[in-house]
Amino acid sequence: MIYREAGQFKTSYAADQQLFPIRQDRIGILILLAVVFLAIPGIASEYWFSAILIPFLIFSLAALGLNILTGYAGQLSLGSAAFMAVGAYAAYNFQLRIDGIPILISFGFAGLTAAGVGILFGLPSLWIKGFYLAVATLAAQFFIVWCLTKFPWFSNYSSSGVISAQKVVILGHEFASPREKYLLVLSIVAVMALAAKNMVRSSTGRAWMAVRDMDVAAAVIGIRLMPTKLLAFAVSSFYCGVAGALYAFCYLGSVEPDGFSLDMSFRILFMIIIGGVGSILGSFLGAAFILLLPIFLDITLPWAAGLLGLPFSNATVSHIQILLFGTLIMFFLIVEPHGLARLWQIGKEKLRLWPFPH
Amino acid sequence: MSKKIGDVILDLQNISLRFGGVKALTDISFDVREREIRAIIGPNGAGKSSMLNVINGVYHPQEGVIVFLGQERKRMEPHHAATQGIARTFQNIALFKGMSVLDNIMTGRITRMKANFLEHALWLGRARREELEHRKKVEEIIDFLEIQHIRRTPVGRLPYGLQKRVELGRALAAEPSMLLLDEPMAGMNVEEKQDMCRFILDVNDQFGATIVLIEHDMGVVMDISDRVVVLDYGKKIGDGLPDEVKNNEDVITAYLGASH
Amino acid sequence: MQFFMEVLIGGLLSGVMYALVALGFVLIYKASGVFNFAQGAMVYLAALSVVGCMEKGAPLWLAIILAFVIMTLFGIATEKFVLRKLVNQPPIALFMATIGLAFFIEGLAPMVFGSAPRALDLGIVDEPIPAILDAWGIVISKFDLVAAGVAALLVTTLALFFQYTRIGRALRAVADDHQAALSIGIPLQHIWAIVWGIAGFVALVAGLMWGARNGVQFALTFTALKALPVLIIGGFTSVPGAIVGGLLIGASEKLAEIYLPPVMQSLFGGNFGGIEGWFPYVLALFFLLVRPEGLFGEKHIDRV
Repeated sequence: MIYREAGQFKTSYAADQQLFPIRQDRIGILILLAVVFLAIPGIASEYWFSAILIPFLIFSLAALGLNILTGYAGQLSLGSAAFMAVGAYAAYNFQLRIDGIPILISFGFAGLTAAGVGILFGLPSLWIKGFYLAVATLAAQFFIVWCLTKFPWFSNYSSSGVISAQKVVILGHEFASPREKYLLVLSIVAVMALAAKNMVRSSTGRAWMAVRDMDVAAAVIGIRLMPTKLLAFAVSSFYCGVAGALYAFCYLGSVEPDGFSLDMSFRILFMIIIGGVGSILGSFLGAAFILLLPIFLDITLPWAAGLLGLPFSNATVSHIQILLFGTLIMFFLIVEPHGLARLWQIGKEKLRLWPFPH
Repeated sequence: MSKKIGDVILDLQNISLRFGGVKALTDISFDVREREIRAIIGPNGAGKSSMLNVINGVYHPQEGVIVFLGQERKRMEPHHAATQGIARTFQNIALFKGMSVLDNIMTGRITRMKANFLEHALWLGRARREELEHRKKVEEIIDFLEIQHIRRTPVGRLPYGLQKRVELGRALAAEPSMLLLDEPMAGMNVEEKQDMCRFILDVNDQFGATIVLIEHDMGVVMDISDRVVVLDYGKKIGDGLPDEVKNNEDVITAYLGASH
Repeated sequence: MQFFMEVLIGGLLSGVMYALVALGFVLIYKASGVFNFAQGAMVYLAALSVVGCMEKGAPLWLAIILAFVIMTLFGIATEKFVLRKLVNQPPIALFMATIGLAFFIEGLAPMVFGSAPRALDLGIVDEPIPAILDAWGIVISKFDLVAAGVAALLVTTLALFFQYTRIGRALRAVADDHQAALSIGIPLQHIWAIVWGIAGFVALVAGLMWGARNGVQFALTFTALKALPVLIIGGFTSVPGAIVGGLLIGASEKLAEIYLPPVMQSLFGGNFGGIEGWFPYVLALFFLLVRPEGLFGEKHIDRV
């Protein structure tokens, strides 16, 4: 009943094509925007910004990037963290070596650098697929991290490749507090998410999905496979690169190449599997899930262990976390391959009738 | 109502195709005239699908020449075939299972969409206009094929007959000058076949498309085609008007087997 | 020259170890078409089971038997609860499920058997054999010889098994086409059980060898990742390919590690260790350029 679409007729294709054609969705989105842009900055604590909201937004962005590549274009990648690293180090170097460059431009260039690297490592996709491609992306993951560690120029000759991100100053105002960083990251992520949604709805997105679903047929109807696949790598790496730059500048402050490990790449992959492959919303849901689960476990496990009288250690928490991730991945792939995003859709459909039974 | 069959637009000369040791096609030559309906028939495994694949560039022949619209080529590239106005359907339905009917047919318009990804990302003027313009055209096709009620359904969920219709829609969306149909009526009941025949004839009639058709139903072939080519074991054993081919000894032997 | 031989032989020997892990991959892929990303974790599980049982007081031979039982049961459970449910999905989903499986094992095994690194003593000495050392100046230990011998034996046995036995043929039939295999009466359930049993056995052997050489610790799971380039070079479906691929990877990564850094140092300055970390993958990448199906693999033709 709440989600009743009856009576909302579209009389033009333009109306049918709106991003949120259903009135309830439009209201919902406006409320959401009001909450995240206006309410949360007012009421959330510093801890919430620094430890939860900012990393959530950053990883949602990275998950978006991977979703474009793996979810929409069907090119499996295990190297997303490496592209984040490229973004982080590129942004640092642009800030360092070009005097007076605006930081947003640095972020943009960082994304472009990551896109370039992405195209390079995406070239194998032109003749290999599936898990062969996964191995190629592993090459990217290991090689890029090694390069950033071993070539001292990237980290301005610091020991072990650690870099400390510079201050974030836009138009004379320094974004120093967690609240300000949150708003900055939120704005960037919102704009990029909108751009992503537009791309996947258009013929760019259709070309990607065609290549994913059946590339021979795609070629036959005139889709050029090479530019389409490489574009997916470029856009995806751009998103991961910007996420990486934000990760260094607005979250951790200082990073090292080993921090962008294979483990992080797996996490991002898990985000899109659980959240929903091929779904913009899914990227956000998956990132939230993967980020909140450890926190949730940190709180509930000691309590549960105490209740049951079981011996407990920190190592156990991390083991249970890994165990749960693995279980959830298998669970979602079996039960709901389209992830949380599909569950959300099903929920909305049920709301069409609720509270009536049929 | 007679239609004007034009000149030769596709000429296949001495095409031979091999996969490793397997000879799929041996020295095949035939031509296709503008606006005609040309059927390719033959027993299973005769090489009919391979022939279509050669025409639009999915397979590359080891020998022979393809002359399309006056241009001579040793092989076709799929993308080139598409931009030159050749569209096709497949024996085993090559739809994009993850997308809806509407999106699938929209992909048929992709060679006509000029906006790039940046314009799409920003949803600027040209991107928006193109999307609407092509949406209109696609809706015309949806009306023509009578599939309005399923336009948002993911194609993977549709029954076989409707999937075949959607695939035809995607091919039509490209406004092709030549349509290659690989067993468009396979697995259909009588009504569905009649519908599909009607669509094919309408496409040939209203849109003036040349049709190259692989089909097993002899009734359909004899009824709607202008000329027929018969293949068997990768070789051509008959070529001409439906009646001529029907009475050809070699063709009868190929289908029914020779008595010793 | 001598030094080169040393490095080369050292590389070949470590390549044997990679090959052992790769064998498990090949088996499962050959028999079920599933690329089991969790093979490395299974090696870890096998090794942990052995030391875990020994810690509880079992003698080595009993621990090995128990570990084998554990591995087989685990394999059967995986097939039943995970893989069977994913039969209708594209191979990529199955692959991602095995990634989940790997994480599952990596979380569960240390919880059950403890996570502290432990030594595994097989009673085979891992010191250079004096005779060889004196004669040719090369470092090879009894352990190396045993490992090479075990690997050779395994590969030969498995290759013969697949080629000439009834069960081997059945396995290959199942890998090719489940439905067809079912329709000619091959009992799928039993076949899966056998496959995972064999894969578990291979994982156990690999786990014993690796564990004895490097100790049983979490890092074992990473060496398994190295098996992926081995497979690409050797071919996913080839048992002998796993050995050849393993030897190639082992030798080339050691040679690269020794000979490349000085070159890079002279060009760029600084320290360039750690090439082993990525070299096998880049090498595999080049192989994909030239020969995507691997040295011994089967060429894949898409029928439209």
